[in-house]
Amino acid sequence: MSESLAIAVHVDLTVMPGRICGFLGPNGSGKTTTLRMICGLLIPDAGEGEVLGLDLANQRRAIKHQIGYMTQKFGLFSDLSIAENLEFIARVYRLDRRRERVADTLEKLGLMSRADQLAGKLSGGWKQRLALAAAVMHEPKILLLDEPTAGVDPQARREFWDQIHALAAEGMTVLVSTHYMDEAERCHEIAYIAYGVMLARGTIHEVIARSGLSALQGEGPGADRLAAEIEQQPGVAMAAPFGTPLHVCGPDPAALRAAVQPWADRIRFTPAEPSLEDVFIHLMRGATDNSVEAR
Amino acid sequence: MWERIGAMIFKEVRQMARDPSTIAMMFFFPIIQLVIFGYAINNDPRHLPLVVEANDNSAFSRSIVSALRTTGYFDITEVAGSYGAADRMISEGKAQFALTIPTDFARRLVRGERPQLLLTADATDPASTGPAVAAVNEAVAQALARDLIGPLAGRQQGPPPIDLVLHRSYNPEGITSHNTVPGLLAIILSMTMVALTSMSVTRETEQGTMENLLATPLRPVEVMVGKIVPYFLLGFVQVCVVLGFAIVVFEVPFVGSLGLLLAVTLLFTLVSLALGFTISTLVESQVQSMMASMLYLMPSILLSGFAFPYRGMPVWAQWLAELLPPTHYIRLVRGIMLKGWEWPLVLPESGKLVLMLLVLGIIAVRRYRDTVA
Repeated sequence: MSESLAIAVHVDLTVMPGRICGFLGPNGSGKTTTLRMICGLLIPDAGEGEVLGLDLANQRRAIKHQIGYMTQKFGLFSDLSIAENLEFIARVYRLDRRRERVADTLEKLGLMSRADQLAGKLSGGWKQRLALAAAVMHEPKILLLDEPTAGVDPQARREFWDQIHALAAEGMTVLVSTHYMDEAERCHEIAYIAYGVMLARGTIHEVIARSGLSALQGEGPGADRLAAEIEQQPGVAMAAPFGTPLHVCGPDPAALRAAVQPWADRIRFTPAEPSLEDVFIHLMRGATDNSVEAR
Repeated sequence: MWERIGAMIFKEVRQMARDPSTIAMMFFFPIIQLVIFGYAINNDPRHLPLVVEANDNSAFSRSIVSALRTTGYFDITEVAGSYGAADRMISEGKAQFALTIPTDFARRLVRGERPQLLLTADATDPASTGPAVAAVNEAVAQALARDLIGPLAGRQQGPPPIDLVLHRSYNPEGITSHNTVPGLLAIILSMTMVALTSMSVTRETEQGTMENLLATPLRPVEVMVGKIVPYFLLGFVQVCVVLGFAIVVFEVPFVGSLGLLLAVTLLFTLVSLALGFTISTLVESQVQSMMASMLYLMPSILLSGFAFPYRGMPVWAQWLAELLPPTHYIRLVRGIMLKGWEWPLVLPESGKLVLMLLVLGIIAVRRYRDTVA
């Protein structure tokens, strides 16, 4: 309540129904703020916005009916059971055939076996699944997920993504904010915002191709320890050890080749595919921080 | 070991310093207590409203009144000639004592018949009665000692020349519980309604469930009403329990109307709930809301007339007490239960509670937002 956060967000995002869009950006870039604005939890101080053709400032209630929002922090009632939580949500949305809807949702998201367990006693994966169930039970047109799989083990994460894809297949539009590249790679398309400005947009291949980066992978004795040194070279955007090999990338392939030449005798550099991470770090370094955080 | 303890202490102090409201409260509390106990509370209250109904316009009654005035215990109003006017003033709470001087007082005094003086005390608050009664006795004796001279000097020997009859109305035996138990209703309701509501709302914010609630179509007013109703019912159960105990166990007389009592209780409960909700919109954590509730409860117990006589307090403290809902509710409960107040008599105090409800309701609705951060 007390920290004031001035964030300028200039985002125009069109996502087709049934598509999953990954929403990426560095910490404090305005991802959560944007999601909160979309679902009506924040009113923009200035400027305007529209979601589903509805005005963000004046039609927030109409928007809320058509949006499912899964908060970053688990936001259901820890002293109610899974079924009780869903029942509450069903009442709040005034769903008809409440019992059936709750039972269907429990079934669909595989929550049946623990329906009577208190939400507070669940593990991270189960909590997340419950939160997803609560966000989609009213069959929203748009599903907003704010860093949904933070702190969840790989298997639970995979199951979660399978569920998201199943929901999208039914026609739900999904917007997921995340920091994880592997999650971004599961999205149909991605949008990268930094400090309120959209820097890249498209499928993963498009984003990588448009970045104009090229990469090299260096293998040889001590390659992983050269990162800091190579990064100083002109023409190198960044260098990072990927395990034992060294991953180097830069905007110009010829300049990149030239830059690693001094080490070519002991380390073999082969062309590699620039990763999404390369693109993002590159974009992030180019963006200026215009968010002012007062604490 | 000491270094590790030192590390803990250092960290703890740092965290404390980051929470200035806690520190402020820690200093604020003792200061409030010092001020209240040191200045506001007075178990030997002065300036009690006394009405003298002098039906006998004699030199004796005039000198008794002026002697009473010089004691400093009383603020005296005189009414004359209209029988029962003094009683009405006590019933309405405008006077705490009434001294009735009978029509033939002077004549019977001169004849040596030991005439009676009737002192009626509003014993719904027995604590302040004792010292005042002693003061009346003293004043009357002094006045008469000055006046019984010449041929009447003989009256000064032997038994006291007059008979001061004390009538403790509404609580003839001066039982303290008749006063405290109805007041307890106000305190218990304040404790639970204010503290529980404010904490339950803050808990939603603290645990992150509020964000989820607000993303649903729930309107702020729906969240508010939904949170308040269960506590309201809880308050009703409490009222029943306290009233049951008051009547069955403590045998507090209940002369007024139960319906009226429940109506003002409803009003007071709503005020307390609105206050609790308002607190929750002003604080950031459950701990803070707990402290804020305590900050409200302490003066409520000490200044409202529950624990100490309202009339014994200096004017500034009385003004402060006027701002506290329990002050008015306690007057209403005592009025209805012990004095049998009927509809028109409850209006002034109820009106103040309605006003408080409106103000708090407006603040709560204005402060409570359906957005985060």
